[in-house]
Amino acid sequence: MTSLRPAARQNAAGWAPALVPNVTAWRPALARGVLPRHDPVRDADLLLLPERVVVLHGRAGAVLARCDGSRTVAGIVAELSAEYPGAPVAAEVPDFLAGLRKEGWLT
Amino acid sequence: MTTVAPPWALLAELTHACPLRCGYCSNPVELVGRSAELTTEQWAGVFAQAGALGVVHTHLSGGEPLLRRDLPDLVAAADAAGLYTQLVTSGVGLGERRLAGLVESGLRSVQLSVQHADPAVAERIAGARSFAAKERAARLIREAGLPLGLNAVLHRGNLDALDELIRLAVAWGADRLELAHTQYHGWALRNRAALLPTPGQVERARSTIARWRERLGDYLELVWVAPDLLDATAKPCMGGWGRISLTVAPDGTVLPCPAAGSLPGLDPPNVREHQLGVIWRESKAFNAFRGESWMPDPCRGCALRATDHGGCRCQAYALTGDPARTDPACRHAPDHHVVRDLVHDLVGGPRRLAYAYREAPREAPQAQREVPRDLRRGIRDLQREEGP
Repeated sequence: MTSLRPAARQNAAGWAPALVPNVTAWRPALARGVLPRHDPVRDADLLLLPERVVVLHGRAGAVLARCDGSRTVAGIVAELSAEYPGAPVAAEVPDFLAGLRKEGWLT
Repeated sequence: MTTVAPPWALLAELTHACPLRCGYCSNPVELVGRSAELTTEQWAGVFAQAGALGVVHTHLSGGEPLLRRDLPDLVAAADAAGLYTQLVTSGVGLGERRLAGLVESGLRSVQLSVQHADPAVAERIAGARSFAAKERAARLIREAGLPLGLNAVLHRGNLDALDELIRLAVAWGADRLELAHTQYHGWALRNRAALLPTPGQVERARSTIARWRERLGDYLELVWVAPDLLDATAKPCMGGWGRISLTVAPDGTVLPCPAAGSLPGLDPPNVREHQLGVIWRESKAFNAFRGESWMPDPCRGCALRATDHGGCRCQAYALTGDPARTDPACRHAPDHHVVRDLVHDLVGGPRRLAYAYREAPREAPQAQREVPRDLRRGIRDLQREEGP
């Protein structure tokens, strides 16, 4: 038998809104077993998990690259706002991170 | 020919040797002997080629991959090729030092097989002492901080004990429990009559799963791989032929699905002779049932073809003698009566049937005397690893 079904999940469109409270003290980090990777063959940012491949769209890869356990959500938002002026970073990034935490991919 | 999208995953069957003797084993009846296995360097080459091809995920499986003494080197090679490594194991032989070595080499997660929550029944199903080793392996994996998945192959002998299996998964700290109905290929095919669950069992199991999903929420991911024969629904086998993943057998044979070696005239290629990229894109075997042009009626005009990709070729062959027929599991298949008869016989048949335990690999005649010794040594190594 095999369980080899790492369905390429079209997920996390990057800036999708959701109603989740902002947690200011949280310093997001990738959970154990979650591996960020740039895929040179498909030129895509991926999250690799035990049974799953998550294809990151838009600037989601740039957001997750900053989730190293040292930056607060506010710190991440400030950095991204400076790098991508005009993008709706403050409105969308905290909810995006909260969504990934709910999936168990961020701690 | 249109461009072939690259594969995502590689199932690396490192060895067919295994300390368990499960009657539901879907590996081929004729197993690859240990002397025919790929070497460490050959496997490293496979992983490097897979990474360059676009594979990002590998399941290190078997048989029992822990029987490969070079497993830490294989993990390191796969990791260096950019592949996410998951060990698929019985847990027999996964001691503290062994696991630490694998983690150091870059192992990312472990999937551990379980047969039943009751130790005595579990060992009767596996045909080997194994329960205490599994329990310990689960504890060590959690202590090492690795994600832990449990997988249980479902059949008549354990389908009524799902509550206990789910409680076991919670108690062992699993993140995920995969409940997968037996695939009737290879060895399992000869035990089909003894393994097929009854429709009543499946119905009860389904409601058990629904109840637990509601109760557990995100705490434990419960995966239910449906019994295609009883559901009269073709499974989306491998997510489509030559579409998402490939399998490399212990001797280097490359297959679109682990059971496809049984198909007549497939002439599967081997990594000893060809590069993985050429095999994936150009080989006859990988193009045989790729896409939709091979499909017969009623598949070619059916909306389900985008979901089930025409179902399972190995099952079509096993039940009709022709791998290009519509999967008889599907209610719309011209041969579906074959499956209806199987299930019907089952309902009226005897409740408890004995099944044949898996036999060990056989070597080519000239090497025959070496095999049992090889295998015995393997098992002795495992026991030593397990020692106090």
